This record gives sequence, C-alpha cells and structure tokens, in this order.
Amino acid sequence: MRDMRQAFGTTVSDLLEHDDRVAVVLAEISTSYFEHATAALPDRVINVGIMEQTMVGVAAGFAMEGFLPIAHSLSPFMAERAYEQLKVDFGYQGLGGTFVGVGGSYDYASSGGTHHAPADVGVMLGIPGMEVLIPGNGDEMDALLRSTYANGSPTYIRAGVATNAETHPSMPGHIDVIRRGSEATVLAIGPMLDRTVAACDGLDVTVAYTTSLRPFDVARLAAIAGAAPVLVTVEPFYEGTAAPVVTAAFGDRPVRYVSIGVPRAFIHAYGEPEDLDADVGLDVAGIRRRIGAVVMR
Amino acid sequence: MDTRTVPLDDVRALMARATGDEKHEESTTSTLDALWVLYERILRIDPASPEGPDRDRFILSKGHGPAALYAILAAKRFFPADWLDRFLEHDGHLGGHPDRTQVPGIEASTGSLGHGLPIAVGTALGLRAKGSLEQRTIVLCGDAELNEGSNWEAILLAPQRKLGNLTLLVIDNHSSILTMQPWPERIGSFGWDVRVVDGHDHDALERALGVRHDDVPTAVIADVPEGEW
Repeated sequence: MRDMRQAFGTTVSDLLEHDDRVAVVLAEISTSYFEHATAALPDRVINVGIMEQTMVGVAAGFAMEGFLPIAHSLSPFMAERAYEQLKVDFGYQGLGGTFVGVGGSYDYASSGGTHHAPADVGVMLGIPGMEVLIPGNGDEMDALLRSTYANGSPTYIRAGVATNAETHPSMPGHIDVIRRGSEATVLAIGPMLDRTVAACDGLDVTVAYTTSLRPFDVARLAAIAGAAPVLVTVEPFYEGTAAPVVTAAFGDRPVRYVSIGVPRAFIHAYGEPEDLDADVGLDVAGIRRRIGAVVMR
Repeated sequence: MDTRTVPLDDVRALMARATGDEKHEESTTSTLDALWVLYERILRIDPASPEGPDRDRFILSKGHGPAALYAILAAKRFFPADWLDRFLEHDGHLGGHPDRTQVPGIEASTGSLGHGLPIAVGTALGLRAKGSLEQRTIVLCGDAELNEGSNWEAILLAPQRKLGNLTLLVIDNHSSILTMQPWPERIGSFGWDVRVVDGHDHDALERALGVRHDDVPTAVIADVPEGEW
C-alpha cells in the first residue's frame, strides 16, 4: 500500500502532466516528489522556499489567473502558519485551491509539539466553504485528489501516516457502511477505520466510514444510524472536531454522543505515533474501552 | 477599450461624494495622485471588460482608505458613480476595504495587511505560466504595511523568480513606527530596481511606473509628506 504522501506526489505529478491548469506551489516540503515535474514544467511547479504565507498567497494569485493551484506543506505549517491567507486569499475571495497537509496530529511523534497538528481539521472547518477531506490510505488520497482538484472550492486534504489496509469508495460527502449492528453507530474517520473495526469486534454496533467532513451527508448518517441510541465518532484529530458536523444529523431525536479523538492537551512525549496512540487511548484497546463503556454486552 | 481621460479634479469631486468632508482619510488622499497616474497613463484595463484576460493587474494591497480608488473606478465607469453616495452604507456596494466579489475593477479583496504582494507574485507567475507576457502586475502597499513579514518573503522571492512583469508601488507617507528608509538600499539589496519619486509629481510617477524590465521587478517609492491625509 502506497502511503498517502507518496500518493500525493504521484497523483499531483500526473495531474500536472495531463492538465495544464494545474499549478503546484511548495515551501521546501516534499520537493523530491516533483523533481521531474519541476524540470519539465518550471512555470507551474514553484518552490517558494520556507515561506508558507507567501506559498498560499502565490497559490491564490495562480487561482486568480485561472489555474488550479495545489499547495502543500507539513500540516502545522499548511493549516496553521498560513491560516489567515487561507481564510482571506481563498475563502473570502471565493477562489478554488487544494491544500494538502502531511503529518496531522502527532504523526511526527518524535519531532515534538511544534510538529504536531491535531487542530488542523478543526481550524479548516472554521473557514466557510473549505472542503475538508481525510483519506484513509494512498489510494483514497489519489481518488480524493482527482475528484476535487478542479472543484472550484478551497479544499484541505489531510495526508496522515497511519493507513487502512483496504480501500473504500472515497468521494466528498460519502459515508460507507462497513458492518451493521443495533446498539450504536460508530463513525470512523479516515485512518481510524482499521483500529475501529478491530475495537468493535464482538460488539453489536454499526461501523460506518467517511473520508469527508465537509461536505457531509447528514441525511445519510441519520439513515444509517436508524434508531440506535448511541453515536460514536473515532477521529484522528482533536476530540470533538466532528461534533458540530455529525450531530446535525440528529436534530429530530436524542442520541448519546461520544467523541473519541486526541485529547486537547499539548504532548511532551516522543517515540512513534503508536506510542502516543496508546498514551491517549487511540489504539484498539483504548477505543474499545471507550465504546464498551457506552454499549451493552 | 474606453480610453477617455478623466481630469484629476473630477476624481476629487467624486471622492468627496464618497467621503464627505467629515470622512477624510489620510491613506486615501496620499494615494490619489499615484492612482490617477496609474489609471490615466499606465494600466491597460478596459472598464467594459474588467476581467478581460488582456488587462494589466492592479492590486490595492493597502486596502484601507479605498475611496480614491473607488472614485477613479467610478470616473472610468467601471461602476455607476452613484455607488459612491452609499460608501460604507448597509445598502451600498463599497466597503471600507475593497471586495473583489462585489466591485467591478477590484482585483483582490484586501485590508488585512501583507496579503497583496504575495498574491501579486502569484498573478505575475500565473501570467508568465500562461504566456501572457505583455501584461503587468502592479501592487500598491503602504510604508507601514511593509512592517508585515509576509511582504519580505515576497520581496525575497520575486527577483529570484525574475519577475520583470511585477511592480511594487509603495506610498510612503512616513506612517511606519519603524524606520523603513533608505528604500533603495533595503529593497534593492534583494535584487529589485528601486526608484524613489515625489508622490505628487505626475510625470515622475509616470516615468518610474513605466519602467518594465525583462527579468527584474521594479519598486517605485512614492514619497509624500509625513502626516498627509
């Protein structure tokens, strides 16, 4: 299975080659994926250096000239360093562009908190019109990039390190049902799917899967949930990030809602992402503990 | 293209419709002469086709005090002059900072300082990438606006991308709390061709703004008296 970052490089290189409206603006990150494209298309592949504000501003300028810009950096610098440029230059100006952040939450665990970005999806949802997509593996990254790069909207795509083994249909707004049960609806987001399925083994719950928080199909989630009294989201970013999105599906009936995600506290530990998953309860055992506490056995 | 000329006094009269005597704004008037020279003598933009691909691009990065620009656009008939009567009003089209989605002739929605120059680098690169080699991008910043670090990212980047189609126009009304001068040494050291002119001298502004090199961006510093409104 290709990882998401590699899939990003491969797919965007292909888009550059086959669609002359595509322009890629980089800030020193992932430039190795674009060496060939930079040599072949120097006017449409721009590495601005380590300046994320200007990376996004330059991308907006390309969009104003009719291009389909794709900008990219590590998630904290893509989503947070240049947040106001995303808000004003794209959101307020009504321009389309694709922003791919690599390394959400604590994917770069050993780098410490400066390189963690568990807030990325939450802050992107704060920009009206920003589509927010969370693929679960490299093939889903490929599918989502291809279906959105020309969508005319600002679009944030989160390239995580953890991946799901199987590829699921991945379209903006789509929710897939993985298995059916009656006591709870457990919605796994992006790379949380495999560990969520493992955590729900033996439990009478529905497991659903999405790679898209905006757009989000509230009617479909309500239909999938049926009368199940519990809704759980398993989120690879700050807990509660998906809450305002998913709870909108339950305006007509009460539901007990549990968000399992990254706790809202800075992390000062290192190691591998799996180590931090275990610390914060985003491993299989931790997810099962949280879900088991709210469903009957 | 409509190439009618508009006397500066007519623009002043239109501006007064927008601002009234009680609403004079420093940043508005310090830019008036430079904006008038741009729209009379430099920029090739057809008011009947403000999004035409052959136009020059002008970005008012210092988006506060846009009344002078609104007045010129109205004088050039980008939009009806009676829009000026409802400047800043709830039922009007013209806000305190320009909005590209609402006003014909406004290239970028600005007001948050330090955004226009990076965007202008992008439009200059985009124009080159699609082979529009005649068109220029001109971006107007204030001296205090250049406190914002994002501008210096773009000032570093533009010469290394050989953007001869880019001109930075700085209206220096000496409003910066930090010393910005000498401009030629500071911006010039990044690789720009820097020219300092009297910001009220129309011919000097025209000469400086008319410079366009093949591969070196130009910065024109329009000096106006400190405290000028």
